Amino acid sequence: MTTTEIPASTSSKLTRRLGFAALVSIVVFLAMALVISPPDVSQRDAVRLFYLHVPTATIAFYFAPAIIAVGSVMYLWKKSTFWDLAAGTAAELAVIFSAFTLVTGMLWGKPTWGLYWTWEPRLTATAVSFVLFVGYLAVRKLDLDPVIRSQRAAVLGLIAAANTLLVRYSVQIWKGIHQGTTISPMNMQISGLMWGTALIGFVSFTLVFAWLMIHRFRVAWLEHQLAEVGLDLAISERRAERDVAGAASTDVRLTGEGA
Amino acid sequence: MLSDALLVARKDLLIEMRSKVLTTQLLPFGMIVLILFGFGLSPDRTVPTGVANESRPLLAQVAPGLFWLAVFFSALLAFSRAFAIEASDGNLDALRLTGLDPAGIFLGKAAAIALELFVLEIVLGAGSFLLYAPELNDPILLAVTVVSTTLAVALAGTLYAALASGMRVRDTLVPLLALPALSPVLLGASVATEAALFGPSSDGWMWAGLLGAFALLYTGAGILAFGRVLEES
Repeated sequence: MTTTEIPASTSSKLTRRLGFAALVSIVVFLAMALVISPPDVSQRDAVRLFYLHVPTATIAFYFAPAIIAVGSVMYLWKKSTFWDLAAGTAAELAVIFSAFTLVTGMLWGKPTWGLYWTWEPRLTATAVSFVLFVGYLAVRKLDLDPVIRSQRAAVLGLIAAANTLLVRYSVQIWKGIHQGTTISPMNMQISGLMWGTALIGFVSFTLVFAWLMIHRFRVAWLEHQLAEVGLDLAISERRAERDVAGAASTDVRLTGEGA
Repeated sequence: MLSDALLVARKDLLIEMRSKVLTTQLLPFGMIVLILFGFGLSPDRTVPTGVANESRPLLAQVAPGLFWLAVFFSALLAFSRAFAIEASDGNLDALRLTGLDPAGIFLGKAAAIALELFVLEIVLGAGSFLLYAPELNDPILLAVTVVSTTLAVALAGTLYAALASGMRVRDTLVPLLALPALSPVLLGASVATEAALFGPSSDGWMWAGLLGAFALLYTGAGILAFGRVLEES
Protein backbone atom coordinates (compact mmCIF):
# COMPACT_ATOMS: atom_id res chain seq x y z
CA MET A 1 0.00 0.00 0.00
CA THR A 2 2.97 2.31 0.46
CA THR A 3 5.72 3.20 -1.95
CA THR A 4 8.37 3.40 0.79
CA GLU A 5 10.24 0.18 1.14
CA ILE A 6 11.12 -0.60 4.74
CA PRO A 7 14.52 -2.32 4.90
CA ALA A 8 14.74 -5.40 7.11
CA SER A 9 17.86 -4.23 8.95
CA THR A 10 19.84 -1.04 9.52
CA SER A 11 23.11 -2.55 8.39
CA SER A 12 24.75 -2.04 5.05
CA LYS A 13 28.05 -2.93 3.43
CA LEU A 14 29.59 0.20 4.94
CA THR A 15 28.43 -0.45 8.50
CA ARG A 16 29.41 -4.11 8.34
CA ARG A 17 32.94 -3.12 7.37
CA LEU A 18 32.95 -0.33 9.91
CA GLY A 19 31.70 -2.70 12.61
CA PHE A 20 34.33 -5.26 11.72
CA ALA A 21 37.09 -2.63 11.80
CA ALA A 22 35.79 -1.38 15.17
CA LEU A 23 35.75 -4.90 16.58
CA VAL A 24 39.29 -5.69 15.40
CA SER A 25 40.68 -2.40 16.71
CA ILE A 26 38.93 -2.93 20.06
CA VAL A 27 40.55 -6.35 20.40
CA VAL A 28 43.97 -4.91 19.55
CA PHE A 29 43.29 -1.98 21.86
CA LEU A 30 42.33 -4.22 24.79
CA ALA A 31 45.44 -6.33 24.31
CA MET A 32 47.63 -3.22 24.21
CA ALA A 33 45.88 -1.43 27.06
CA LEU A 34 45.53 -4.37 29.45
CA VAL A 35 48.51 -6.59 28.68
CA ILE A 36 51.22 -5.15 26.47
CA SER A 37 51.60 -1.55 27.63
CA PRO A 38 53.60 -1.01 30.84
CA PRO A 39 52.04 0.35 34.07
CA ASP A 40 52.66 4.04 34.72
CA VAL A 41 55.43 5.07 37.10
CA SER A 42 53.17 6.96 39.49
CA GLN A 43 49.66 5.77 38.63
CA ARG A 44 50.56 2.08 38.22
CA ASP A 45 47.77 0.07 36.59
CA ALA A 46 45.20 2.85 37.03
CA VAL A 47 46.67 4.49 33.97
CA ARG A 48 44.97 1.81 31.86
CA LEU A 49 41.64 3.44 32.58
CA PHE A 50 42.90 6.52 30.83
CA TYR A 51 43.10 4.70 27.53
CA LEU A 52 39.34 4.24 27.80
CA HIS A 53 38.64 7.55 29.44
CA VAL A 54 40.37 10.02 27.13
CA PRO A 55 38.80 8.90 23.83
CA THR A 56 35.28 8.65 25.29
CA ALA A 57 35.69 12.07 26.91
CA THR A 58 36.84 13.57 23.63
CA ILE A 59 33.83 12.11 21.83
CA ALA A 60 31.43 13.18 24.59
CA PHE A 61 32.85 16.68 24.80
CA TYR A 62 33.86 17.55 21.25
CA PHE A 63 32.59 15.19 18.54
CA ALA A 64 29.02 14.68 19.70
CA PRO A 65 28.33 18.32 20.72
CA ALA A 66 29.83 19.49 17.43
CA ILE A 67 27.37 17.28 15.54
CA ILE A 68 24.51 18.55 17.74
CA ALA A 69 25.48 22.17 17.08
CA VAL A 70 25.95 21.70 13.33
CA GLY A 71 22.77 19.61 13.08
CA SER A 72 20.77 22.25 14.97
CA VAL A 73 22.05 25.08 12.79
CA MET A 74 21.37 23.10 9.62
CA TYR A 75 17.87 22.23 10.79
CA LEU A 76 17.04 25.84 11.59
CA TRP A 77 18.51 26.91 8.27
CA LYS A 78 17.40 24.20 5.84
CA LYS A 79 14.61 22.46 7.80
CA SER A 80 16.25 19.17 6.92
CA THR A 81 15.05 16.09 8.75
CA PHE A 82 18.44 14.51 8.14
CA TRP A 83 20.21 17.06 10.32
CA ASP A 84 17.48 17.05 12.95
CA LEU A 85 17.82 13.30 13.39
CA ALA A 86 21.62 13.51 13.24
CA ALA A 87 21.58 16.02 16.14
CA GLY A 88 19.20 13.82 18.14
CA THR A 89 21.34 10.75 17.53
CA ALA A 90 24.50 12.59 18.53
CA ALA A 91 22.80 13.78 21.73
CA GLU A 92 21.93 10.22 22.73
CA LEU A 93 25.52 9.19 22.16
CA ALA A 94 26.74 12.29 23.99
CA VAL A 95 24.76 11.18 27.05
CA ILE A 96 26.10 7.62 26.87
CA PHE A 97 29.69 8.66 26.30
CA SER A 98 29.48 11.33 29.05
CA ALA A 99 28.18 8.72 31.47
CA PHE A 100 31.02 6.40 30.47
CA THR A 101 33.52 9.25 30.88
CA LEU A 102 32.17 10.03 34.34
CA VAL A 103 32.30 6.42 35.47
CA THR A 104 35.82 5.79 34.17
CA GLY A 105 36.95 9.15 35.55
CA MET A 106 35.65 8.32 39.00
CA LEU A 107 37.08 4.80 38.94
CA TRP A 108 40.43 6.31 38.02
CA GLY A 109 40.07 8.99 40.71
CA LYS A 110 39.67 6.48 43.54
CA PRO A 111 43.15 4.86 43.31
CA THR A 112 44.84 8.06 42.09
CA TRP A 113 43.33 10.79 44.24
CA GLY A 114 41.84 8.52 46.90
CA LEU A 115 38.36 9.83 46.10
CA TYR A 116 35.69 8.93 43.59
CA TRP A 117 34.74 12.52 43.19
CA THR A 118 36.82 15.67 43.32
CA TRP A 119 35.72 19.03 42.02
CA GLU A 120 38.15 18.71 39.21
CA PRO A 121 37.03 21.14 36.47
CA ARG A 122 36.68 18.61 33.70
CA LEU A 123 34.83 16.11 35.89
CA THR A 124 32.44 18.77 37.16
CA ALA A 125 31.83 20.21 33.70
CA THR A 126 31.17 16.73 32.31
CA ALA A 127 28.57 16.10 35.00
CA VAL A 128 26.75 19.34 34.19
CA SER A 129 26.83 18.85 30.44
CA PHE A 130 25.58 15.30 30.94
CA VAL A 131 22.42 16.76 32.52
CA LEU A 132 22.20 19.41 29.79
CA PHE A 133 22.05 16.74 27.10
CA VAL A 134 19.56 14.69 29.11
CA GLY A 135 17.37 17.82 29.10
CA TYR A 136 17.81 18.13 25.36
CA LEU A 137 16.69 14.52 24.91
CA ALA A 138 13.67 15.21 27.15
CA VAL A 139 12.60 17.97 24.78
CA ARG A 140 13.02 15.63 21.82
CA LYS A 141 10.67 13.14 23.48
CA LEU A 142 7.90 15.67 24.05
CA ASP A 143 4.43 14.98 22.85
CA LEU A 144 4.27 17.82 20.33
CA ASP A 145 3.81 18.37 16.65
CA PRO A 146 7.01 16.88 15.15
CA VAL A 147 7.97 20.05 13.28
CA ILE A 148 7.57 22.26 16.37
CA ARG A 149 9.41 19.73 18.48
CA SER A 150 12.32 19.60 16.05
CA GLN A 151 12.36 23.38 15.89
CA ARG A 152 12.58 23.73 19.66
CA ALA A 153 15.09 20.92 19.92
CA ALA A 154 17.29 22.71 17.38
CA VAL A 155 17.19 25.97 19.35
CA LEU A 156 17.90 24.11 22.57
CA GLY A 157 20.63 21.98 20.97
CA LEU A 158 22.47 25.05 19.82
CA ILE A 159 22.22 26.81 23.19
CA ALA A 160 23.12 23.64 25.09
CA ALA A 161 26.22 23.05 22.96
CA ALA A 162 27.34 26.65 23.54
CA ASN A 163 26.46 26.37 27.21
CA THR A 164 28.74 23.33 27.68
CA LEU A 165 31.64 25.61 26.75
CA LEU A 166 30.45 28.23 29.25
CA VAL A 167 30.15 25.65 32.00
CA ARG A 168 33.59 24.31 31.26
CA TYR A 169 35.18 27.74 31.11
CA SER A 170 33.59 28.97 34.34
CA VAL A 171 34.41 25.81 36.28
CA GLN A 172 38.00 26.10 35.14
CA ILE A 173 38.35 29.70 36.33
CA TRP A 174 36.60 28.79 39.57
CA LYS A 175 39.12 26.08 40.39
CA GLY A 176 41.94 28.27 39.09
CA ILE A 177 41.19 30.77 41.83
CA HIS A 178 40.66 28.38 44.69
CA GLN A 179 43.32 25.73 44.23
CA GLY A 180 46.29 24.88 42.10
CA THR A 181 45.94 22.57 39.13
CA THR A 182 45.39 18.96 40.07
CA ILE A 183 47.12 16.00 38.42
CA SER A 184 46.56 16.30 34.74
CA PRO A 185 46.90 13.48 32.23
CA MET A 186 48.85 15.93 30.09
CA ASN A 187 51.85 16.07 32.39
CA MET A 188 52.16 12.30 32.77
CA GLN A 189 55.40 10.63 31.79
CA ILE A 190 54.33 8.77 28.73
CA SER A 191 56.30 6.17 26.76
CA GLY A 192 56.12 5.35 23.06
CA LEU A 193 54.10 2.21 23.70
CA MET A 194 51.67 4.19 25.82
CA TRP A 195 51.22 6.74 23.06
CA GLY A 196 50.53 3.91 20.64
CA THR A 197 47.92 2.44 22.98
CA ALA A 198 46.28 5.82 23.45
CA LEU A 199 46.20 6.33 19.70
CA ILE A 200 44.62 2.93 19.00
CA GLY A 201 42.10 3.59 21.77
CA PHE A 202 41.22 6.82 20.09
CA VAL A 203 40.80 5.15 16.71
CA SER A 204 38.69 2.28 18.10
CA PHE A 205 36.32 4.51 20.03
CA THR A 206 35.92 6.84 17.07
CA LEU A 207 35.02 3.80 14.94
CA VAL A 208 32.56 2.60 17.58
CA PHE A 209 31.05 6.06 17.75
CA ALA A 210 30.69 6.23 13.96
CA TRP A 211 29.16 2.76 13.86
CA LEU A 212 26.65 3.54 16.62
CA MET A 213 25.90 6.91 15.05
CA ILE A 214 25.04 5.41 11.66
CA HIS A 215 22.92 2.59 13.07
CA ARG A 216 21.05 4.77 15.51
CA PHE A 217 20.50 7.36 12.84
CA ARG A 218 19.00 4.77 10.54
CA VAL A 219 16.65 3.57 13.29
CA ALA A 220 15.63 7.17 13.91
CA TRP A 221 15.11 7.67 10.19
CA LEU A 222 12.88 4.59 10.02
CA GLU A 223 10.90 5.79 13.03
CA HIS A 224 10.45 9.10 11.28
CA GLN A 225 9.32 7.33 8.08
CA LEU A 226 6.90 5.23 10.08
CA ALA A 227 5.40 8.31 11.70
CA GLU A 228 5.15 9.97 8.28
CA VAL A 229 3.69 7.10 6.32
CA GLY A 230 2.20 5.20 9.26
CA LEU A 231 -1.11 7.06 9.24
CA ASP A 232 -1.52 6.86 5.47
CA LEU A 233 -0.70 3.19 5.64
CA ALA A 234 -3.27 2.55 8.38
CA ILE A 235 -5.94 4.47 6.48
CA SER A 236 -5.35 2.60 3.26
CA GLU A 237 -5.35 -0.70 5.12
CA ARG A 238 -8.70 0.10 6.77
CA ARG A 239 -10.05 1.14 3.38
CA ALA A 240 -8.96 -2.14 1.90
CA GLU A 241 -10.69 -3.98 4.73
CA ARG A 242 -13.82 -2.00 4.15
CA ASP A 243 -13.74 -2.74 0.45
CA VAL A 244 -13.38 -6.45 1.09
CA ALA A 245 -16.00 -6.47 3.80
CA GLY A 246 -18.19 -4.13 1.80
CA ALA A 247 -18.21 -6.41 -1.22
CA ALA A 248 -19.32 -9.31 0.96
CA SER A 249 -22.02 -7.48 2.86
CA THR A 250 -23.53 -5.24 0.21
CA ASP A 251 -26.79 -7.17 0.33
CA VAL A 252 -27.04 -6.92 4.10
CA ARG A 253 -26.56 -3.16 4.07
CA LEU A 254 -29.07 -2.69 1.28
CA THR A 255 -31.77 -4.46 3.27
CA GLY A 256 -30.99 -2.32 6.32
CA GLU A 257 -30.02 -5.16 8.61
CA GLY A 258 -26.42 -4.04 9.14
CA ALA A 259 -25.49 -1.15 11.39
CA MET B 1 11.20 45.94 19.50
CA LEU B 2 11.74 47.90 22.69
CA SER B 3 8.24 49.42 22.73
CA ASP B 4 6.82 45.93 22.21
CA ALA B 5 8.97 44.75 25.10
CA LEU B 6 7.62 47.50 27.33
CA LEU B 7 4.04 46.56 26.44
CA VAL B 8 4.59 42.89 27.24
CA ALA B 9 6.46 43.67 30.46
CA ARG B 10 3.67 46.01 31.53
CA LYS B 11 1.04 43.38 30.76
CA ASP B 12 2.85 40.67 32.75
CA LEU B 13 3.47 42.96 35.71
CA LEU B 14 -0.16 44.10 35.65
CA ILE B 15 -1.29 40.46 35.75
CA GLU B 16 1.02 39.95 38.72
CA MET B 17 -0.23 43.09 40.48
CA ARG B 18 -3.79 41.85 40.15
CA SER B 19 -3.30 38.14 40.81
CA LYS B 20 -0.48 38.54 43.39
CA VAL B 21 0.47 34.92 42.81
CA LEU B 22 4.18 35.51 43.01
CA THR B 23 3.91 37.88 45.95
CA THR B 24 1.87 35.47 48.00
CA GLN B 25 3.68 32.30 46.93
CA LEU B 26 7.19 33.11 45.73
CA LEU B 27 8.28 35.31 48.64
CA PRO B 28 7.12 32.92 51.38
CA PHE B 29 8.64 30.01 49.44
CA GLY B 30 12.01 31.79 49.26
CA MET B 31 11.89 32.62 52.95
CA ILE B 32 11.16 29.06 54.01
CA VAL B 33 14.03 27.85 51.86
CA LEU B 34 16.36 30.25 53.70
CA ILE B 35 15.12 28.94 57.04
CA LEU B 36 15.40 25.31 55.93
CA PHE B 37 19.04 25.84 54.96
CA GLY B 38 19.58 26.89 58.58
CA PHE B 39 17.98 23.65 59.77
CA GLY B 40 20.01 21.60 57.32
CA LEU B 41 23.38 23.16 58.09
CA SER B 42 23.03 23.93 61.82
CA PRO B 43 23.43 27.56 62.96
CA ASP B 44 26.03 26.73 65.66
CA ARG B 45 28.74 25.33 63.41
CA THR B 46 31.78 27.51 62.69
CA VAL B 47 34.49 27.34 60.04
CA PRO B 48 38.01 28.83 59.94
CA THR B 49 38.27 31.97 57.82
CA GLY B 50 41.76 31.28 56.55
CA VAL B 51 43.28 33.86 58.88
CA ALA B 52 44.95 32.18 61.86
CA ASN B 53 42.73 31.52 64.90
CA GLU B 54 39.78 33.25 63.30
CA SER B 55 36.51 31.51 62.63
CA ARG B 56 33.14 32.49 61.29
CA PRO B 57 29.72 30.86 61.63
CA LEU B 58 29.26 28.33 58.81
CA LEU B 59 25.96 29.90 57.78
CA ALA B 60 27.58 33.34 57.38
CA GLN B 61 30.40 31.84 55.36
CA VAL B 62 28.09 30.02 52.94
CA ALA B 63 25.41 32.75 52.94
CA PRO B 64 26.15 33.82 49.31
CA GLY B 65 25.55 30.32 47.96
CA LEU B 66 22.45 29.78 50.08
CA PHE B 67 20.97 33.13 49.09
CA TRP B 68 21.47 32.44 45.38
CA LEU B 69 20.16 28.89 45.66
CA ALA B 70 17.01 30.22 47.29
CA VAL B 71 16.71 32.81 44.50
CA PHE B 72 17.27 30.19 41.78
CA PHE B 73 14.68 27.80 43.19
CA SER B 74 12.14 30.59 43.53
CA ALA B 75 13.02 31.87 40.05
CA LEU B 76 12.05 28.49 38.60
CA LEU B 77 8.52 29.15 39.80
CA ALA B 78 8.57 32.61 38.21
CA PHE B 79 9.70 31.14 34.85
CA SER B 80 6.87 28.63 34.80
CA ARG B 81 4.39 31.27 35.89
CA ALA B 82 5.44 33.62 33.07
CA PHE B 83 4.25 31.09 30.51
CA ALA B 84 1.46 29.54 32.57
CA ILE B 85 -0.40 32.86 32.28
CA GLU B 86 -0.25 32.45 28.50
CA ALA B 87 -1.26 28.80 28.50
CA SER B 88 -5.03 29.05 29.00
CA ASP B 89 -7.51 29.90 26.25
CA GLY B 90 -4.85 29.84 23.55
CA ASN B 91 -3.33 33.02 24.89
CA LEU B 92 0.01 32.38 23.29
CA ASP B 93 -1.67 32.26 19.89
CA ALA B 94 -3.38 35.54 20.72
CA LEU B 95 -0.02 37.01 21.66
CA ARG B 96 1.40 35.93 18.32
CA LEU B 97 -1.64 37.34 16.51
CA THR B 98 -0.98 40.77 17.99
CA GLY B 99 1.91 41.04 15.57
CA LEU B 100 4.34 42.03 18.29
CA ASP B 101 7.98 41.44 17.51
CA PRO B 102 8.96 38.03 19.01
CA ALA B 103 12.22 39.59 20.19
CA GLY B 104 10.12 42.23 21.96
CA ILE B 105 7.97 39.56 23.60
CA PHE B 106 11.14 37.82 24.79
CA LEU B 107 12.68 40.97 26.23
CA GLY B 108 9.38 42.05 27.79
CA LYS B 109 8.82 38.72 29.50
CA ALA B 110 12.42 38.65 30.69
CA ALA B 111 12.14 42.23 31.99
CA ALA B 112 8.99 41.37 33.95
CA ILE B 113 10.69 38.32 35.46
CA ALA B 114 13.80 40.38 36.26
CA LEU B 115 11.72 42.98 38.09
CA GLU B 116 9.91 40.28 40.07
CA LEU B 117 13.25 38.72 40.92
CA PHE B 118 14.62 42.08 42.12
CA VAL B 119 11.76 42.35 44.60
CA LEU B 120 12.39 38.76 45.67
CA GLU B 121 16.12 39.42 46.07
CA ILE B 122 15.57 42.47 48.23
CA VAL B 123 13.37 40.47 50.57
CA LEU B 124 15.60 37.38 50.57
CA GLY B 125 18.72 39.53 50.81
CA ALA B 126 17.37 41.22 53.92
CA GLY B 127 16.39 37.78 55.21
CA SER B 128 19.87 36.41 54.56
CA PHE B 129 21.54 39.27 56.42
CA LEU B 130 19.17 38.73 59.31
CA LEU B 131 19.38 34.95 59.46
CA TYR B 132 22.98 34.30 58.42
CA ALA B 133 24.60 37.59 59.55
CA PRO B 134 27.48 37.82 57.05
CA GLU B 135 29.76 40.87 56.73
CA LEU B 136 29.44 43.46 53.98
CA ASN B 137 32.74 44.51 52.46
CA ASP B 138 31.88 46.03 49.08
CA PRO B 139 28.25 47.17 48.58
CA ILE B 140 28.89 48.37 45.02
CA LEU B 141 30.23 44.99 43.91
CA LEU B 142 27.25 43.37 45.61
CA ALA B 143 24.81 45.61 43.74
CA VAL B 144 26.52 45.00 40.38
CA THR B 145 26.57 41.25 41.02
CA VAL B 146 22.88 41.21 41.94
CA VAL B 147 21.90 43.18 38.84
CA SER B 148 23.97 41.16 36.36
CA THR B 149 22.96 37.83 37.91
CA THR B 150 19.29 38.76 37.87
CA LEU B 151 19.45 39.76 34.21
CA ALA B 152 21.30 36.57 33.31
CA VAL B 153 18.83 34.39 35.22
CA ALA B 154 15.74 36.17 33.86
CA LEU B 155 16.92 36.10 30.24
CA ALA B 156 18.06 32.47 30.24
CA GLY B 157 15.02 31.38 32.24
CA THR B 158 12.61 33.07 29.83
CA LEU B 159 14.16 31.24 26.91
CA TYR B 160 14.06 27.83 28.62
CA ALA B 161 10.54 28.35 29.93
CA ALA B 162 9.42 29.25 26.40
CA LEU B 163 11.05 26.08 25.08
CA ALA B 164 9.05 24.06 27.60
CA SER B 165 5.82 26.03 27.21
CA GLY B 166 2.58 24.60 25.94
CA MET B 167 3.18 21.17 27.36
CA ARG B 168 1.78 19.26 30.27
CA VAL B 169 5.24 18.39 31.55
CA ARG B 170 6.27 22.07 31.65
CA ASP B 171 6.67 22.30 35.42
CA THR B 172 9.11 19.42 35.58
CA LEU B 173 10.93 20.27 32.38
CA VAL B 174 11.83 23.89 33.19
CA PRO B 175 14.13 22.99 36.13
CA LEU B 176 15.80 20.22 34.12
CA LEU B 177 16.57 22.61 31.26
CA ALA B 178 17.32 25.77 33.21
CA LEU B 179 19.35 24.61 36.21
CA PRO B 180 22.29 22.95 34.43
CA ALA B 181 22.41 25.82 31.94
CA LEU B 182 22.38 28.32 34.80
CA SER B 183 25.06 26.49 36.77
CA PRO B 184 27.84 28.87 35.61
CA VAL B 185 25.64 31.77 36.79
CA LEU B 186 25.19 30.26 40.24
CA LEU B 187 28.92 29.68 40.40
CA GLY B 188 29.77 33.23 39.33
CA ALA B 189 27.12 34.85 41.51
CA SER B 190 28.20 32.93 44.61
CA VAL B 191 31.90 33.67 44.16
CA ALA B 192 31.30 37.35 43.35
CA THR B 193 28.92 37.76 46.29
CA GLU B 194 31.40 36.07 48.59
CA ALA B 195 34.02 38.57 47.45
CA ALA B 196 31.57 41.44 48.00
CA LEU B 197 30.75 40.24 51.52
CA PHE B 198 34.14 39.16 52.83
CA GLY B 199 36.61 40.61 50.33
CA PRO B 200 38.91 40.89 48.51
CA SER B 201 36.81 42.52 45.81
CA SER B 202 39.22 41.98 42.91
CA ASP B 203 38.13 38.37 42.23
CA GLY B 204 34.51 39.41 42.41
CA TRP B 205 34.68 42.01 39.65
CA MET B 206 35.94 39.46 37.16
CA TRP B 207 32.98 37.20 37.93
CA ALA B 208 30.52 40.09 37.80
CA GLY B 209 31.85 40.82 34.32
CA LEU B 210 31.41 37.18 33.34
CA LEU B 211 27.81 37.29 34.57
CA GLY B 212 27.21 40.35 32.42
CA ALA B 213 28.66 38.51 29.42
CA PHE B 214 26.34 35.57 30.11
CA ALA B 215 23.36 37.94 30.21
CA LEU B 216 24.42 39.49 26.89
CA LEU B 217 24.81 36.05 25.33
CA TYR B 218 21.30 35.04 26.32
CA THR B 219 19.93 38.40 25.18
CA GLY B 220 21.34 37.66 21.74
CA ALA B 221 20.20 34.03 21.75
CA GLY B 222 16.68 34.99 22.85
CA ILE B 223 16.29 37.81 20.32
CA LEU B 224 17.40 35.53 17.50
CA ALA B 225 15.59 32.36 18.54
CA PHE B 226 12.35 33.47 20.19
CA GLY B 227 10.42 33.74 16.94
CA ARG B 228 11.21 30.11 16.20
CA VAL B 229 10.31 29.00 19.69
CA LEU B 230 6.95 30.77 19.70
CA GLU B 231 5.93 29.39 16.30
CA GLU B 232 2.72 27.40 16.78
CA SER B 233 3.62 26.56 20.33
